[in-house]
Amino acid sequence: MSAQAQPVQPGRFRLSASRRRRDRFARTAILAATLVALLPLALIIYYLLHKGLSAWSSSFFTTDPTGNTFFKSSSIGGIKSAILGTIEIVALAAAISIPVGVGVAVWLVEYGRHSRLASLVRFFIDVLTGVPSIVFGLFIYIVLIVGTGTTYAGYKGSLALALLMLPIVTRSAEVILQLVPTTLRESALALGAPRWRVVSRIVLPTAFSGLVTGVLLAIARAAGETAPLLFTAGATLKTNTDLGGFTNSLPLQIYYDVTQPTTAVVNRAWGAALTLVIMIGALNLIARLVARRSRLA
Amino acid sequence: MTADGHPSRIADVEPDELADKLEQAPASVRSGSRIAAATHGQPAGANETELSTHKGLTVRLQGLRAFYGSTEAVKGVDLDFNANEVTAIIGPSGCGKSTMVRCINRMHEEVAGARAEGRVLLDETDIYGGGVDVVAVRRAIGMVFQKPNPFPTMSIFENVASGLRLSSPSRGRHAKAALHAKVEQALRSAGLWDEVSDRLSEPGAGLSGGQQQRLCIARSLAVDPDVILMDEPCSALDPIATLKIEELIGRLKARVTIVIVTHNMQQAARVADRTAFVLDGRLVEIGPTLQLFTTPTDSRTEEYVTGKFG
Repeated sequence: MSAQAQPVQPGRFRLSASRRRRDRFARTAILAATLVALLPLALIIYYLLHKGLSAWSSSFFTTDPTGNTFFKSSSIGGIKSAILGTIEIVALAAAISIPVGVGVAVWLVEYGRHSRLASLVRFFIDVLTGVPSIVFGLFIYIVLIVGTGTTYAGYKGSLALALLMLPIVTRSAEVILQLVPTTLRESALALGAPRWRVVSRIVLPTAFSGLVTGVLLAIARAAGETAPLLFTAGATLKTNTDLGGFTNSLPLQIYYDVTQPTTAVVNRAWGAALTLVIMIGALNLIARLVARRSRLA
Repeated sequence: MTADGHPSRIADVEPDELADKLEQAPASVRSGSRIAAATHGQPAGANETELSTHKGLTVRLQGLRAFYGSTEAVKGVDLDFNANEVTAIIGPSGCGKSTMVRCINRMHEEVAGARAEGRVLLDETDIYGGGVDVVAVRRAIGMVFQKPNPFPTMSIFENVASGLRLSSPSRGRHAKAALHAKVEQALRSAGLWDEVSDRLSEPGAGLSGGQQQRLCIARSLAVDPDVILMDEPCSALDPIATLKIEELIGRLKARVTIVIVTHNMQQAARVADRTAFVLDGRLVEIGPTLQLFTTPTDSRTEEYVTGKFG
């Protein structure tokens, strides 16, 4: 058998010069593209830290931005009302959009499935995902402010953010619920469990960490939005724990501060921006940690 | 019977008495009556003794046809599964044997666009008849799937208890001690108790593949089914784990009727009292296993069991 084996021709496996050249060119190009993409990110982080940290002080987080902006920079005040306002507005938005969004996803995956209504709902969710955020603000403005003849309120900002979050929560929850193996549902059904129990005791617990991840990412997205709040939540300088009144928020604080002529106030915008980025970054980090504990592939 | 307001399972009733009652009841009441009774659960206290005296029930397929959309997967099958026997269903991939079995506990209709026609009689009740509670049907007819699939969020104990907890309307019905006894009994029946008794609170997903599959069998046994359907239960397991499941099947048939779909003809030969050969959605032949493998009456069966196709 072995006597007939052909010897390997010399040079048969040698890498040609042109192949080597093309490979090196492609690798360089891809690396360059990566660096170009990273550059703005690095610059943003640099400026945020550089300018933001210098605006931070011990009173930055404990005082409202009510100081006189024409005098010493130390007296202009901090961003307490903006931080609390953002937390309040986003918390209410989450409280509205999470149950509804997860509910819609459960209906789509467990009940609607391939029905015509389900496809229609999916289509509208997709459309909603693509709606610019300012349109949600505009909608609430027209309906709840112009339409009722009332004025800005924190909860109206929450509603605008809830509309923004709804398709994000629904889509991510739908994807996660679809990852729950069909055989788990079938096993539970085969044990004689009614469908709602299969959903509440098997599907949702199995998908829990994935759902939390999706929800946290939606919250992080909403927390950074300015446009839906511009003409819904209003802005006030004082801390306001009542969402029925004007409510400050970090994006709006930044928006108003950067348009001011005083350097110290513009710097406060950087401090607020750094705060916002850290809050959102923390949410993303938690979302990643939760995702790691997922029971789904 | 539910007529007197005291739900009781037919399995508790003496066979003659049962026959009498069925004779007396009009047909419309007979159909679905047992299923209706099962929805009320069983009286507390019956749990202890029932499993040991439990007997399987007969399943009869009559003109069963199953569709996925417009595709007909099962094309009119008449087939009896005798009580307390193991019946194997063999046939090439895609012949409809899994679909056929999924019709028996009405899991087939869970697939989008799927439907079934014909009758499936559990003992005397047509489980496709009007007024039948699907949930009660599935409680009476358990199922073990191809891949072991313990519930990932639950411990070993919770997995076995899940059937009782998921299907019983009230939590109070299963007192802790009774539940514990039930779980132990199911795990013992599944031959798993000695391996897991010291770690019942650990996750079920931490067990080996074979142990997980026996856990799934224990899970379905815990609700005292009359029939257990097994859809290629060993196809994801190694030979030793397979052997354990097969031994288990041999022991379990004393108390339940077992229908097992298998790709593995040796397995059918080892575990089944009778074997059915299915081809292209139709029953070709059913007979005592030895006879089907040695002296089949149909030439297609002979070709299949001798490895000429499939």
